[in-house]
Amino acid sequence: MLNDIIKMIPIYVMGRKYEVPQGLTILKAMEFAGYRVKRGCGCRGGVCGACVTLYRRKGTYQLNFGLACQTVIEPDMYLMQLPFVPAHKAIYTIKNVRANDSDVTKLYPELMRCLQCNTCTKACPMELDVMGYVAAAMRGDLEKVVELSIECVMCGVCAVRCPAELSPFNIALLIRRIYGKHVIPPSPQLDQRLKEIRGGEFRKEMEELEKADEAEILERFNEFQATKGEAAIELGKEKE
Amino acid sequence: MAYSVEFQESLEKIEASRNGRLGQGFPSLNLADKASLLETYHPDFRMAEKREIRVGPNRGGVAPKELVDLLESPSLLIPEAVDLTKVDSRTDVLVIGSGGGGVTAALTAREHGAEVLLATKLRLGDSNTIMAEGGIAAATLPEDSPVIHYVDTIVGGRGKNIPELVEALVNDAPFVVEWLTSLGVNFDRLPDGAYYAHMPAGHSRRRSHSVKDLTGLEFMRVLCDEVRNREIDVLEFSPAVELLLDDGGQCAGAVLFNFDTEEYFPVEAKATILATGGMGRLHPQGFPTSNHYGATADGLVMAYRAGAKLLYIDFVQYHPTGVAWPEQMLGLLVSEAVRAQGAQVVNVDGDMFVDRLETRDALSAAIIRECGEGGKGVLTPTGMVGIWLDTPLIDVMGGEGTFLRRFAGIHSRFKKYGIDPIHEPILVYPTQHYQNGGIRVNVDGETDIPNLYAVGEAAGGVHGHNRLGANSLVDIFVFGRRAGIHAAEKIGRVKIGKLSLDHIRAYNESLVETQIFSEISSPMLLPDYRFEKTLSTVQYTKGR
Repeated sequence: MLNDIIKMIPIYVMGRKYEVPQGLTILKAMEFAGYRVKRGCGCRGGVCGACVTLYRRKGTYQLNFGLACQTVIEPDMYLMQLPFVPAHKAIYTIKNVRANDSDVTKLYPELMRCLQCNTCTKACPMELDVMGYVAAAMRGDLEKVVELSIECVMCGVCAVRCPAELSPFNIALLIRRIYGKHVIPPSPQLDQRLKEIRGGEFRKEMEELEKADEAEILERFNEFQATKGEAAIELGKEKE
Repeated sequence: MAYSVEFQESLEKIEASRNGRLGQGFPSLNLADKASLLETYHPDFRMAEKREIRVGPNRGGVAPKELVDLLESPSLLIPEAVDLTKVDSRTDVLVIGSGGGGVTAALTAREHGAEVLLATKLRLGDSNTIMAEGGIAAATLPEDSPVIHYVDTIVGGRGKNIPELVEALVNDAPFVVEWLTSLGVNFDRLPDGAYYAHMPAGHSRRRSHSVKDLTGLEFMRVLCDEVRNREIDVLEFSPAVELLLDDGGQCAGAVLFNFDTEEYFPVEAKATILATGGMGRLHPQGFPTSNHYGATADGLVMAYRAGAKLLYIDFVQYHPTGVAWPEQMLGLLVSEAVRAQGAQVVNVDGDMFVDRLETRDALSAAIIRECGEGGKGVLTPTGMVGIWLDTPLIDVMGGEGTFLRRFAGIHSRFKKYGIDPIHEPILVYPTQHYQNGGIRVNVDGETDIPNLYAVGEAAGGVHGHNRLGANSLVDIFVFGRRAGIHAAEKIGRVKIGKLSLDHIRAYNESLVETQIFSEISSPMLLPDYRFEKTLSTVQYTKGR
């Protein structure tokens, strides 16, 4: 398997040196070194936040954070995975929380202690503007919080680094839930559909279909496909 | 990193042919051609890669050989290692697995008055659900109806779906969208509140509801938060290794394993809900997979040993657009919505060879054919082969900014490796994506074993032989809710007898009697990628 083409480079996993092929992600490099990761690995696709890893490059003083499944190793990287973040999360009943900033600060009063130091933004492995959404939360601009935090993978690094002891990722989660539940207007089309289903509007047709043979089902399918119109690509129709 | 010199010649051809392809389609396959394409090139039809199962409820049936290896292995658990006379942990409903199905079952059972314990192998929420990019199918728009959703699902499933399961799926689907919205999920919406829905392949109407390309992530963030708010007991890093039965043959809980302390401990439960997902990490037929780290078919193995029948377990879905380059992203998914939004599928010469909106099975087969016998694949420096997904068309057609607005997650993941999908195509190859079959269930998620439920990918039947895109995100919630309600209502009538692991002993004995001597034990719990296994590339291009 290993051949001459693969160049080996040194990395340090919790201080111990291993030679691993260059080009691997931190996760694969640790596996190559022999680690069978339990904590510190989840989706392996950059969305679950389980594999966040603290690292330092040789010759620098900065500590960086990256997702192990997404970050490519460099020679002489010092690595340590964060197995767990004991961050604070408020307990609430979402239907009783209102869409105003006072409810947010009641649940997370420490929000107002933000020092605007930008440490959270620098630490975020997803490169989100964490301080930006914290500032928006302080102003009560919920929409901005949703926009800036929607890609958050909940790894908790912002909470680990925050000198004012906030849990920005949990504050953003609360605000996104408030926004989704209380700010976006309900869809009359959905309400109408639920009424129709409750009223049994499709029952008869469905019962007939359950008795239908393959040919009849295919005939209906072709009918539906023929009338799907231009909806496949909604060019220009997409509004923000 | 980006695209090295090896790719340049082909990239130039793609650029050159793009304007000519703009607005052009490729004829879609008729049913006969599709059937013959599948039969010749789709991995499901390669019988040499499957094996007969020689023990248990599906004896005489076939399954991917990687799964059969686990089913034909003795238990990881030595029954004598667990003292069933001293059970410290009891609950009404034990939910195993914390993806969308498990978390929903837990929340619903709790809402209906049951005491719930949620046990999960990795962290709360670690699952395939969290990785789902595209969307959730539900007939919510006026031009759509559950009837059309029903027909599309059956045709996609090659007519093999269990009708009453599909009926439950399509009728409950709009209610699921309402439920998720009521919990605070930020669906893509129009200014008047109407849902913005798109049309994945195989569907006849716009009905896939998304949250950018982060749909599953948004669902899981909200649902896990709700689990914490409801203060449901969660045991993380505690996979189940075997089910417990009682002397009456009912399911009575499970034996869990603490990954940190390496202790086995039994949990007695009046109802047990398996939400353990699929088998992607077994890498059926050597394919890469889009699945998360824990997708090792544990639930199938446990339920099978306890006597539950598996349905359509030999049908595996290969998503046509898994990443083939960069190597670090091998097997990860590029959402179907990228094609719905206009990206064409083109070969090394920049020519189209298939309609970009064919169903997943047909498109996978077409790509395998084009890369194999067709000889028109793009070879990567690591020996993978792939086909271009011409993503720059999305901004060309939809206007500048469309790609970023719709696919922020895909963009940032590729950008890390120096590839800009707004201006450069991305290289894809089919990746194992979904287990179409699973543990046989009824409309309430009940299995063949009393008090044992299965939901989500672990269960089989609703998708027939082939699942349509966006139908799994709805499946997990529909049947998670149904199982949660049914279990919570049933527990008052359940009396658990004397706990037993005799079925494990009997199963191990049946292996010996059948002269099966396996070198491994199961469930697998986690795949092993250590040492050289880290580097193994996967290759599958042959026809039958």
